[in-house]
Amino acid sequence: MSLITITGLTIAYGFRDSRLIAVNSVDLEIGEKEFLAVVGESGCGKSTLALSMIGLLPKSVATIVAGQIVYKGTDLVKLDNNELRRYRGTEIAMIFQEPLTSLNPVYRVGDQMAEAIAIREARTGGDEALAGSSSVMQEVHRSDEVRVSRVPRPKKRVSSELKKEAVDALKLVRIPDPEQVLERYPFELSGGMRQRVMIAMALSQRPKLLVADEPTTALDVTTQAQVLKLMKELMSEVNTSILLITHDLAVASQVADRVVVMYAAEVVEDADVFALFSEPLHPYTKGLLSCIPTGSKDDTKLLPIPGSVPDLVNPPVGCRYASRCPYVMDVCRTREPQLVEVKPKHKVACYLYGK
Amino acid sequence: MESENPSNLLETRDLKKYFLVRKSLNPFSRSGRRYVKAVDGVTISIPRGKTVAIVGESGCGKTTLARTVAQLTPPTSGDIIFDGKQIGYGKTSLREIYKNIQIVFQDPDSSLDPKRTIEDTVGEPVRGLLGGGRRAVEERVARSLAAVGLSGEQGRRLPRQLSGGQKQRVAIARAIAPSPKLLILDEPTSALDASVQAQILRLLIELQTNFGLSYMLITHNIAVAQYLSDIVAVMYAGHVVEYGPTKRVLAAPRHPYTVTLMSAAPIANPWKRNLLNVEIKGEVPSSINPPPGCRFNPRCPYAEDVCTKVDPPLEEVIPGQFVACHFKEKTAGVFSGGTATTPPATKAA
Repeated sequence: MSLITITGLTIAYGFRDSRLIAVNSVDLEIGEKEFLAVVGESGCGKSTLALSMIGLLPKSVATIVAGQIVYKGTDLVKLDNNELRRYRGTEIAMIFQEPLTSLNPVYRVGDQMAEAIAIREARTGGDEALAGSSSVMQEVHRSDEVRVSRVPRPKKRVSSELKKEAVDALKLVRIPDPEQVLERYPFELSGGMRQRVMIAMALSQRPKLLVADEPTTALDVTTQAQVLKLMKELMSEVNTSILLITHDLAVASQVADRVVVMYAAEVVEDADVFALFSEPLHPYTKGLLSCIPTGSKDDTKLLPIPGSVPDLVNPPVGCRYASRCPYVMDVCRTREPQLVEVKPKHKVACYLYGK
Repeated sequence: MESENPSNLLETRDLKKYFLVRKSLNPFSRSGRRYVKAVDGVTISIPRGKTVAIVGESGCGKTTLARTVAQLTPPTSGDIIFDGKQIGYGKTSLREIYKNIQIVFQDPDSSLDPKRTIEDTVGEPVRGLLGGGRRAVEERVARSLAAVGLSGEQGRRLPRQLSGGQKQRVAIARAIAPSPKLLILDEPTSALDASVQAQILRLLIELQTNFGLSYMLITHNIAVAQYLSDIVAVMYAGHVVEYGPTKRVLAAPRHPYTVTLMSAAPIANPWKRNLLNVEIKGEVPSSINPPPGCRFNPRCPYAEDVCTKVDPPLEEVIPGQFVACHFKEKTAGVFSGGTATTPPATKAA
């Protein structure tokens, strides 16, 4: 059963004299309680894809040219900003690479968490609050009990129920001594703790989908292991799907159920994690795997992919990987291959496997 | 002081680098003084033509060690012996040192001058250190650029006209231009994508064989250290906790921290989900108030009373492999497998 279905999604960044297609007719499905990883190198469009799902694309430069993002029967692309708010955070939540830039430096962790919870309550509390979503925030700020932002204020303003729920959320992400952490400012926490606070805040919304954009890239390996393990465990505890955006195939192989490989704004392969690693089909996926050093220089061959990623302002005709591909054929340079299911649940966009 | 072993290009002896942090605003107050012990008694040696990797997490002091060796910051105490002679403390001129020691930084965007052409950037250390006529400089620049796989046409461009991988090649070309003996590589591939990282790793090995360079590699990426290095030193909170031949240390680590580090490194193998099985306690300690005794003791599964009191010295467990742990007998054979196991996936590639 799929939770979110993306079809033909095309996103363009417009600059004064050129237009860059960052995501080109991408099809993607995320199932319920599925851990999906989208893997690709910088500039492949994986973060743009993630931002589009939660309606956070910078409006001034980015436009969704075509396609649908259908979540529970609603096309998110068609919604205006006010309507999107109902989904953003509450239904689909997101965490980012650098928690220090996502957390507000001048508010205590507890205040920020309480605000998130209060907004959820306001949104899910009654139809009235949902009627005009723009007024939800005003509602929240007007009512004294849930008014938690603006100025760091004495903790008594945060109601004990909100506080209790914030403590529970922090306990969920295995933060020792949660009461104390609520009183801290973000800069007083370590990187791993901050990312856990972000996860706790996102999950306190009880979202159906958690989008995690490179959540462990800024962290050390031991902290990365802790955070990834936590995400994997929480998935079953709180019944959410996770979309993990990462550049690291190794990380994807450790946690994901299914892996989607993107190259130059397009999906080139989409497969079950075991199928992808035992039998990668697309030449780019094979290339990426042989780029990972797995031993010493004496006993392993490292086979870098020659050349570099094509210019997305003027993308090449045909397959975008053709110029770097060792198996390139004539047809690759004239027509673009389509993403087709060549084996059950294993899709690839390459002429080596039919059309 | 003379070097004991002429096969070593560089040795450090009990090298320390402390940074002063003041708590009080009074500059004369002694009570307000605290020190960050970034590098706290490090003794390592780099054999000629070999690569020594310094591995550790952020804040362990690995970059400070590199900067101290490169004379970018003066050591607090201890000796640095390069090519049999002690350097530092103003004993050798920096010009002489930089003819032989060059450094490649992590991010080429901040280590290259955006307004200078590539040729100009690569020629700078040649002009400054070796001098010589315009012709001689040009010739050296052309040779360095060719050695890293850049064309003469690319040499006339500006950094912004090159890709990330090409910019890192420029940084390497600049470092090898004055024909140094030792290259310090500070996270040379951390800012790069996987496919480009592989290109740069291959290039570094090629340069080492062609020019007989020695490398001091600073990295947090165990796979990179494993691929590139002959000897590895694992650092934790300013100390070297394990030291020895890369193949031995990473295949059979004996310090509990190295074991943790190895178990936490993700492997591209969904059949072996080590990340989901590893138990890791706590976080890296502060370097201002490190825990007494062994600095790893609050996080260590083997810690006993003695670990909180006595800081264990580095001791040889098998010839060549040194471990600083009170219970190093217990860790034999604890770690099985690691990044060395070939995942089934790579066969298909």
